[in-house]
Amino acid sequence: MKSILIRGGQLIDPSTGTDSNRDLLLRDGRVAAVDLPGQLDALAQIENATRIDASGAIVAPGLIDIHVHLREPGQGYKETIASGTRAAAAGGFTSVCAMPNTSPVNDSPDTTRWMLSPERQPAVRVFPIAAATLGSLGETLTDYAALHEAGAVAVSDDGKPIFSDAMMQQCLLAAAAVGLPVIQHAEDTRLTQNASMHAGALAFRLGLKGMPAEAESRIVERDIALLANIPNGHLHVAHLSTASALEAVRRAKRSGLHVTCEVTPHHFALTEEAVGDYNTHAKMSPPLRSESDRAALIEGLLDGTVDAIATDHAPHAIHEKEQEFERAPNGILGLETALGISLLVLHRQHGMALSRVLALLSTQPARLLKLEHRGSLEVSSFADVAIFSKEEQWKFRVNESKSKSRNSPFDGWILPGRILLTISEGHIAHEALPLAGNA
Amino acid sequence: MPPLRRSRLLAKRRVALLFYESSTRTRTSFELAAKSLGADTVLVSALSSSIEKGESLKDTGITLRSLGAECIILRHPNSGAPYLLARSTGLPILNAGDGTHEHPTQALLDLRTILFRLSARNRLSDAIAPLNSGVLRGVRIAIVGDILHSRVARSNALLLPRLGAQVIFCGPKELLPDNAAGIGPGVSVERTLEHALANADVVMMLRIQRERLAGLQLDLEDYTARYQLNPERLARHAPDVLVMHPGPMIRGLEITSEVADGPNSAIMDQVQHGTAIRMALLSRALQSRLANTSKEKQKRS
Repeated sequence: MKSILIRGGQLIDPSTGTDSNRDLLLRDGRVAAVDLPGQLDALAQIENATRIDASGAIVAPGLIDIHVHLREPGQGYKETIASGTRAAAAGGFTSVCAMPNTSPVNDSPDTTRWMLSPERQPAVRVFPIAAATLGSLGETLTDYAALHEAGAVAVSDDGKPIFSDAMMQQCLLAAAAVGLPVIQHAEDTRLTQNASMHAGALAFRLGLKGMPAEAESRIVERDIALLANIPNGHLHVAHLSTASALEAVRRAKRSGLHVTCEVTPHHFALTEEAVGDYNTHAKMSPPLRSESDRAALIEGLLDGTVDAIATDHAPHAIHEKEQEFERAPNGILGLETALGISLLVLHRQHGMALSRVLALLSTQPARLLKLEHRGSLEVSSFADVAIFSKEEQWKFRVNESKSKSRNSPFDGWILPGRILLTISEGHIAHEALPLAGNA
Repeated sequence: MPPLRRSRLLAKRRVALLFYESSTRTRTSFELAAKSLGADTVLVSALSSSIEKGESLKDTGITLRSLGAECIILRHPNSGAPYLLARSTGLPILNAGDGTHEHPTQALLDLRTILFRLSARNRLSDAIAPLNSGVLRGVRIAIVGDILHSRVARSNALLLPRLGAQVIFCGPKELLPDNAAGIGPGVSVERTLEHALANADVVMMLRIQRERLAGLQLDLEDYTARYQLNPERLARHAPDVLVMHPGPMIRGLEITSEVADGPNSAIMDQVQHGTAIRMALLSRALQSRLANTSKEKQKRS
């Protein structure tokens, strides 16, 4: 029996609506008790629990990122499951959902199981998302039942869209049959050939071909129309970036469809202006959009249209990003800055309650992908905990990142919400300062 | 043309020309400019170098620096490539055209051409020297054709309004997006060539870049009918307009020979002004570098 007592913290658990001073006892990888300050001391002493002093800090459910690229199998020079999950732990995340655009593509139960093997040495829990079609080529469905059985929590061809109407319909039907969501990377690639940033006056000035907002909203609208005829279907829109696509999701929700969406911290913190002098760390797909799109995303986060914050953590090696802008690959790191950026923009600048920010980063994404007993600190939940200091400012230094890659536009940013300790299923996965001592 | 007079201003200085795209005017002009200041030049082109073998722009730049290059003149098919080369090498980089982004030396030589020709006609409100922000006040410059893919159009639209000029972009929607006027102050969009001409003191015709037309719905015959600069249009709408073209021209398409070789044309002036502009830029780039290096040496000793 192994126990941890977290004392003196402000416990915020969006799943129960708790926001008050509570002590937390973890035992054997689960939450054993939540009680008033000091009430668990005696029990902890009997159990010889490790004591963690969380006074002045926030104690929250471990964060959950439903959209990361861990690059294994096949691209270990960018990231490994071990390095990516260490970055996750450093950012307060205890569960990450890994997209299938690896090499080979995760389109088989074997690859899914390989990713889940303890040999990958994950620092936090990994949930694979399997390819929706073989090789993510958009031609043949993968075996959803077998993938689900092997541990996949959703299907997606992320990195590219499930393009044809007929194929998307088949995916939604097959996924509904086994109770999995289809996660769509909404991009009409006919409108984005050779494009490398948002289509607008700035792209024109920089001489770069732009990706229009319609490239995203058209696919979202098409998918919603398909979903309307599929009972029990669940469509989840990945990294939604435009006002028009958000409006389509809002309407679909009102009409009762099971459509959900996620937004990344970079899309609600930055705009196309971040491209500046061709900064490849501001290049991703979908691209950073206009200020009015950014404002709409924040509105959607505040009014509940957006279901989750996800990072789209996408590591790339230095030499890949040190290229001509149009040639550099899409994507940036996100795991270590997500909480800080979310607190800065949503809590500080737009007054979102702390518990709402944490719900978007833990409770809600857990429900979306049915990650049971996660995103909550209720008794018997997994002992996934993030402890952070809300007020203390810290500077993100990308050279100190736990990721193998260095492609972040947030290098040098001063952020609130310094992660002090991350506990994954009762194990300390990240410790900024030595907080733990024996009772 | 008088024989090339060699100055010793940049004697023994090493300048590399790094060309990832073909070029006649710009490359020759830069090379002659460097040589006429006494500098040694070396040309590296994408074919016949390790670039063909996949060497990155960063590594190519570092290699040239190690070989003693003190300044690199870069032409590259990707927009923004000069920023990458400057960050990678720390050397002064002269942009000889990057993708569909900018061609700043072309804009400067265009400016010099406009200043010379308009001042000869007493069309400028102020004397040329010293250059001030109002020297082109009231001057209207139409840039006609494939604005979308033109780095010349962008550089001119960013430069000329800073001296008071108004720039009128003119072309069909396929080659001139509505948001092009958002490039900066003093720039507007006009779809009809006749309207643009009637309002212009200067007209710059751009080449239709056939290689970039793939995928665009553009009928060349229709384009020629609507946007070609020919003697009839010139006589009717802008008999006094100064005609410019950055080259290469496709005679019979965007411009006819009568206009290109006629009395309104400043096209050969443009080429000649190019060498002077590039000499000035090279001496500025290399001399400031020399000054910085000697300052650093002084600090160290």
